[in-house]
Amino acid sequence: MKYDMIIAGVGGQGVLSVAAIIASGAMKEGLFVKQSEVHGMSQRGGAVYANLRLSDQPIYSDLIANGTASMILSMEPLESLRYLHYLKEDGYLITSENPERNIPDYPDLSQLLEQIRSLPHALTIDAHKLALEAGSGRATNMVLAGAASHFLPIKPETMQNFIKEIFARKGEKVVNINLKAFAMGREFGEQLLKK
Amino acid sequence: MSEMVLLGDEAVAMGAIHAGLTAAYAYPGTPSTEITEFLIRYSEKNHKPVAQWCANEKTAYEAALGVSFSGKRALVAMKHVGLNVAADPFMNSAIVNIHGGLVVVVADDPGMHSSQNEQDSRYFADFARILCLEPTNQQEAYEMTKEAFEISERFHIPVMIRLVTRLAHSRAVVKLKDQRNENILQKVPNPNSWILLPSNAKKQWHQLLEIQKDLQQHAEESKYNILQLNPQFKEFGVITTGLGLNYYLENLPELDPKPSHLHISEYPIPAEKIRQLSAQVKKIVILEEGYPFVERFMRGILSPPIEIFGKIDGAVPAEGELTPDNIRPALGLAQRDRKGTVHFNLPNRPPQLCPGCPHADTFTSLKKAMAIFQETMVTSDIGCYTLGALPPYNAIESTVNMGASVGMAKGAADAGFYPVVAVIGDSTFLHSGVTPLMDAVAHNTNMTLIILDNETVGMTGGQPTVLPSSRLEKVVLGIGVDPQHLRVIPTHRKFIDQNSQIILDEVKYEGLSVIIAVRECVETAKRHKKEQK
Repeated sequence: MKYDMIIAGVGGQGVLSVAAIIASGAMKEGLFVKQSEVHGMSQRGGAVYANLRLSDQPIYSDLIANGTASMILSMEPLESLRYLHYLKEDGYLITSENPERNIPDYPDLSQLLEQIRSLPHALTIDAHKLALEAGSGRATNMVLAGAASHFLPIKPETMQNFIKEIFARKGEKVVNINLKAFAMGREFGEQLLKK
Repeated sequence: MSEMVLLGDEAVAMGAIHAGLTAAYAYPGTPSTEITEFLIRYSEKNHKPVAQWCANEKTAYEAALGVSFSGKRALVAMKHVGLNVAADPFMNSAIVNIHGGLVVVVADDPGMHSSQNEQDSRYFADFARILCLEPTNQQEAYEMTKEAFEISERFHIPVMIRLVTRLAHSRAVVKLKDQRNENILQKVPNPNSWILLPSNAKKQWHQLLEIQKDLQQHAEESKYNILQLNPQFKEFGVITTGLGLNYYLENLPELDPKPSHLHISEYPIPAEKIRQLSAQVKKIVILEEGYPFVERFMRGILSPPIEIFGKIDGAVPAEGELTPDNIRPALGLAQRDRKGTVHFNLPNRPPQLCPGCPHADTFTSLKKAMAIFQETMVTSDIGCYTLGALPPYNAIESTVNMGASVGMAKGAADAGFYPVVAVIGDSTFLHSGVTPLMDAVAHNTNMTLIILDNETVGMTGGQPTVLPSSRLEKVVLGIGVDPQHLRVIPTHRKFIDQNSQIILDEVKYEGLSVIIAVRECVETAKRHKKEQK
């Protein structure tokens, strides 16, 4: 078993927290994991992505090869297309619909979403709205993690446990918001199972 | 045996701790920063080892030398260009008799994710005639660092650990081994080996040359330099160095039969193993992360007796990082199929100054002040404010190396240019900007220096500057800047006009002036607020 995924977004959107929850969950379940991140200059409002590799065999490369990723999970629609060359034929693309317009030449959103939805196995989510319903716009990344959870080689309970662990120091309320966001994302993601 | 999930950088730190480290020194620099951050956090909990940020890589290196001189184990960490700053103590530390183990960790940045060049530190190890270890994964980063201290004490030389960005910033599980005790405090028994007067230095240099054959033998026999021969297949053999190994192994399932393969992780270059490999094959493909270091030695000047394919002939890209994909043509593999290409114009999203960044306000004031001149010159430096080169600011015109803004402004003014302004951050100023300012003071150069004082080392994640912000003023005055022309201004949106006037007044003054524009970085301010709660 080998599961490679790209987690993408803009600096500050919680790309690394999502990567950490999935990676910790996979390790808990006895898988080999490599998680490559971008630090430094790119953190400041720039494009950020993590390479996350899970396998039951030792993993060599920290980087994912072209056309071999099982999933692109993106916190932002424009960023979801930036790494498309990594995705394999039958790979899934899950992205938030909410744009981060911190550049002057941001493309037309409806055209952008249309392009994404035209891809096979793609799902766009109004993750920000679901996160607000769950209790905080800051839990957007957990909505996306929830939607992705159907396809990952890890039990959702394992991921939920790590959500509890990671947010524990911020109090029970924050934990519950993030768990609810995860559950709502998971429910929304079900439709992709039928595609 | 316990396990930890560690970044490559953190694995190095853990290896050093388990080797009985007494002290570590560094200046922040991507991708090496997390080594020292990890050690500082560890030290806060465990009250040792000493782990400190220093003014720059040279001072960090010299402190590490003092630890070694006292018989204890020391680590000094830096990014590749940091070793240029520390080159003087580095080169000469190879000449002395290293006493307590000294490990110098250098993190290279092929692909220039956060750097101004791709220099390959293996050349520096070769230049100093010392031993270099190059881990390919987090486990090796841990084990090699631990072992590097032993090697250092055995041969009395500093040992280099060479990392690259992709390992430094990638996480995996590391299996930990035993913790060794620290060395006892015991000064170098014979200080003559550290007093590098020519008469002593000649002896020391002779000794360093004498042990080269031992270092060579160590590398030849190293368990990290692995030769696997397949006598059944002679078409081509493969040499990998660094992360080239991982990308090769990623593609190996598609190669049948399997070529003979030599992986090199310990230098000096294991020449005998290369000879053994080349005796078995018609051609050699060489995959190196970094410069074509081994490849150049193999090619030499006269025609090699065997065909070599690598970065010099273009079989492998000479620029940027290796990837699991860009080495495939050299191995005779077709590119992998990809999912449909995007029929969409994807604009780039470069990093940018944070909303509310104090630098942005200073740049706005500066642009406004300079608007009355037909032609102006603004030199700058390394830090978040380098982003002032991008739109909408377009405020700076040079970024070369740490501290260069100050010396370059002086040179330009000496050449007759006016007006000249240098823009530098507080930490970069303390790192390498003070000494060129002395030059400008000595000649009352007609230039203006703006120190952007955000009270932190911003770009690398908000480490504390080596001196508190409040002391900058005294440093500047202490080296002789005219107090009439040292202006300390709070930088903020609401002061843009008045600050612009102050900048203009100082630019118009014929002589040296310094402006310190003060406001804390928005990111560290947020963090400090949280910590107070």
